[in-house]
Amino acid sequence: MSEIPHLLVHEQADNVGVVVVEGLTAGTDMLCCITHDNSTFRLTAGADVPIGHKIALTDLKAGDTAIKYGEDIGKIIADIPKGAHVHTHNCKTKRW
Amino acid sequence: MSKYSNMTFMGYRRENGRVGVRNHVVILPLDDISNAACEAVANNIKGTMAIPHAYGRLQFGEDLEVHFRTIIGTGANPNVAAVVVIGIEPSWTQRVVDGIAKTGKPVWGISIEQKGDLETIRQASWKAKEYVHWASELQREECNISELWVSTKCGESDTTTGLGSCPTVGNMYDKLLPEGIYGFFGETSEITGAEHICQKRAINEEVGERWYKMWKAYQDDVIFAHQTDDLSDSQPTKGNIEGGLTTIEEKALGNLEKIGRTSQYVDILDPAEAPQSGKGLYFMDSSSAAAECVTLMAAGGAVIHTFPTGQGNVIGNPIVPVIKITANPRTVRTMAEHVDVDVSGILRREMTIDEAGDELIDMIRRTANGRNTAAEALGHREFSMTKLYRSA
Repeated sequence: MSEIPHLLVHEQADNVGVVVVEGLTAGTDMLCCITHDNSTFRLTAGADVPIGHKIALTDLKAGDTAIKYGEDIGKIIADIPKGAHVHTHNCKTKRW
Repeated sequence: MSKYSNMTFMGYRRENGRVGVRNHVVILPLDDISNAACEAVANNIKGTMAIPHAYGRLQFGEDLEVHFRTIIGTGANPNVAAVVVIGIEPSWTQRVVDGIAKTGKPVWGISIEQKGDLETIRQASWKAKEYVHWASELQREECNISELWVSTKCGESDTTTGLGSCPTVGNMYDKLLPEGIYGFFGETSEITGAEHICQKRAINEEVGERWYKMWKAYQDDVIFAHQTDDLSDSQPTKGNIEGGLTTIEEKALGNLEKIGRTSQYVDILDPAEAPQSGKGLYFMDSSSAAAECVTLMAAGGAVIHTFPTGQGNVIGNPIVPVIKITANPRTVRTMAEHVDVDVSGILRREMTIDEAGDELIDMIRRTANGRNTAAEALGHREFSMTKLYRSA
């Protein structure tokens, strides 16, 4: 892969991906890579998102389940548009 | 035969046949009030190391058993050549000496009551000096990679640990466990969210059911008995959240990447318990706090620890070299002195997990040969006892 990816996604089923570059700014045309099969797609970053933080791959609604590693990682608690930052302000554990 | 089968390293073969990768002479306190005497002996006799800690008085029941297993296991670890034990009174001091003596290594104990610190330090210093002369003449010998006992626990995790550094450790286990090494993983609370997957990674249903019972007991007896809120302030930690981890489920799934794709655990261990079921991978019921967990695994017999980190945990251990692995390029840039294996190339898709696993195996071999880890060079010797409940 000649271009370095901005966003990595574990599995095809995931609806969030992880920013893997520093200083990502809103409007960036991101190269996204699904690590499971090395397939790629492009997505526009909707916000400045720090390295390590997640971005929604699709429009998510409150009550939806966040999927990463192909598994349930918690519930969406506020609507999140495609490309926006996903973190503790809009996603929460189903435990505890 | 794989390409790892003929890999060797130069280690210290101990009296009981186990192989160590370090050659420490340890001055070991039974209890908190013996720390000062131990530190004085270590100051007198160069080449020895005191391991001070916070507990050992008025403990009882299973909490006391964990204490003894941890102290005895630390002295018994093959990275330790010889031990001087100091305690306030003779009876429990002797119990530690007897426990360590089962390995066949030189061990000698003394108690402070009826002597005072100064006379204790005088006698213990003479014995420590004798041990240093003896241990410093021991020679490393060639040993097969299969003789290593390698533990893992991650810390200051973020989303890059699940993408890079934890799968690197998992790849190492997938390659070296078939060669006959012993492996340890644990962190009972941090499996929460991935317990359904962890249970299935047992070698058979019976072990998986015992694992689930242990995990559930932790949930019921510790979490639900003591929680004041939803635990969101502890799991994930503030550092985890800064690094992009949102929920315990997300953290747990990344954590479990450390046991790779094919590895299965053969049994479960109580805190600081040594494996009894032969070679293979073990789950140790353990705290997810880094120093507590590494201390317990070292007491269980691990001689090298592999530690994936995202945001940059700086932990070390007094007797076991702790190898730090990170995939986070910001951590490589800002905390380079703590990083032994840089696998940030995984995030750039310049390095495969298979290549990263081989780099880690090479660093394990070099560390076993004697290379000091970043944590050793920086003087990190965190030794933290696990305390199950209040003392009497």
